[in-house]
Amino acid sequence: MTEFWVMGGYARFVWPCFALAAGVLGWNLWSARRYYAAARVRVQRAIAMAASEQS
Amino acid sequence: MWTWFYRLASPPHVYRVAAFLAPWLLGAAAVLIGYGVVAGLVFAPPDYQQGDAFRIIYVHAPAAWLSLFAYTTMAVAGAIGLIWKIKMGHAVAAATAPIGASFTLLGLMTGSLWGRPMWGTYWAWDPRLTSELILLFLYVGVMSLRPAFEDPGRGDRAAALLAIVGVVNVPIIHYSVSWWNSLHQGATVAKLAIPSMPGSMLWPLLSMLAGFMFFYGAVLCMRLRGEVLNRERQATWVREAIKT
Repeated sequence: MTEFWVMGGYARFVWPCFALAAGVLGWNLWSARRYYAAARVRVQRAIAMAASEQS
Repeated sequence: MWTWFYRLASPPHVYRVAAFLAPWLLGAAAVLIGYGVVAGLVFAPPDYQQGDAFRIIYVHAPAAWLSLFAYTTMAVAGAIGLIWKIKMGHAVAAATAPIGASFTLLGLMTGSLWGRPMWGTYWAWDPRLTSELILLFLYVGVMSLRPAFEDPGRGDRAAALLAIVGVVNVPIIHYSVSWWNSLHQGATVAKLAIPSMPGSMLWPLLSMLAGFMFFYGAVLCMRLRGEVLNRERQATWVREAIKT
């Protein structure tokens, strides 16, 4: 098992690459969801403002 | 016959299709990336020259490939928006830019980590590395240019123009290893007829490539929905869609 983590002496290059990849995939998912959620909130605010102006 | 194509210009249709596709694409990406990571890290044998350091290819090559694919998509979408004045073209281009930029950065960073043990340096002004760095600058330029205009329409057109001009860099990146003397290795996956790798190394790589592509599709759909809402927030259909 230790042999696997050591990666033939290249662990300090291999594992950071996979960690960076996981980070980029995670960031993309998080930021895409956040972007959509923020756009939704903006529309909801616009609807609420329009409703309050009418009443 | 072309009805499906024309419907892609309709924001409500794009919004609905993106909502339907995103979870399926994400599921496919999870399966393919999961297989690729396990097979690439555990089952693929070490390379006879590079040892276990070669395993970096399983994240580096898909990231680099995606950086080119996303840029080409952005340029084509921008051209569609510019030439045919289809708003969804600009929306796709805007949604693609941050995804492509993040994968370009990942390609550069993983390449740098691969370069250290193989070439003895994290960075060299090599044609492949330099042209990939220019690609990152182009992404940043496109992302910065769009909001730099008060009129969003002008921002879209300026960004599309820069994306189209910059697309000349894509073949330069791809062929840089053939056109100039380069530290970077030549094509590995592009020549499937004469594979440079045995199947135990190649299949995880192909799985990772496909997984990253599906992931890109999923994230693009998610971002595109936000982009459509931002651009169409005054439209009646958006207000009805959000209310329900």
